[in-house]
Amino acid sequence: MIAAIEPTWYLVLASVLFGIGAFGLLVRRNPLIMFMCIELMLNAANLTFVALAVQLGDINGQTAVFFVLVVAAAEVVVGLGIIVSILRRSPGTTADDLAELKG
Amino acid sequence: MSDATFLEYVVFFSAAVMMLGGAIGVVIFKSPVHAALSLVLTLFGVAVQFVALEAHFLAAVQVIVYAGAIVVLFLFVIMLLGVDESIDLSIEPIPIQRPLAAVMGVGLIGLVAAAVVRARDALVINPGTGLDVAGENAGQDANIKQLAENLYGDHVFAFELTSVLLIVAVVGTVLLTRKWSKADDDSVERFDS
Repeated sequence: MIAAIEPTWYLVLASVLFGIGAFGLLVRRNPLIMFMCIELMLNAANLTFVALAVQLGDINGQTAVFFVLVVAAAEVVVGLGIIVSILRRSPGTTADDLAELKG
Repeated sequence: MSDATFLEYVVFFSAAVMMLGGAIGVVIFKSPVHAALSLVLTLFGVAVQFVALEAHFLAAVQVIVYAGAIVVLFLFVIMLLGVDESIDLSIEPIPIQRPLAAVMGVGLIGLVAAAVVRARDALVINPGTGLDVAGENAGQDANIKQLAENLYGDHVFAFELTSVLLIVAVVGTVLLTRKWSKADDDSVERFDS
């Protein structure tokens, strides 16, 4: 007899997903892929919210995921707009090259 | 071992493999297109976990908004800008960066996982009003009804504020990415040189 799946397992899984996203954000230099890594971290947070909504029997966790989705969509729109305007001026640029404003 | 529990295990672990495999793919793929497609795998795995956690509406929204809209937006930008050439990942300008990032990532996972496992008994079971699960005492749309009552009842002000956020994001993006013509220079100050 094996135990049923607990919400703790989902939390551990979400922490692994968040760690991979944070690692990717630190090592990759393509701004688009850095954005995808931020999406990974947001999804890890969403999974945590839903798992704890089940654990605590509280629907507010699922509502919080809803708001995270909206903010993530807005963030992607603005971020990709900035990336488009940067890459249009200097194609092939990386996050390291964006030091023009440094004093 | 009951069949239902075994099925839960199969769903959990296959979705977990999809999620983590996709996440690793995002980090290690050289081409941004492959990374975006790998991101779809992760997002779909998260949607499967949402279904397993009885959050049916969020699973649908996850597939439609994330896998449908956001990844398509990524692919659209990649194709629009023509930045889909492969990147040579063996070049590393700061040699210590990758080991340090690996230490940080493993440390973060270890710390959070240790805290979660230690606190598993401290979590109070069901202090809330409980989730309506489809098929028990409510209809098949129990989850979406409960979510709607919560969203439009307790959080209606925050919900209205998200519309302001979306409008600001859309207007800001249009302003950022617009190509300014010479005729506009007289009336509008240019943002890009």
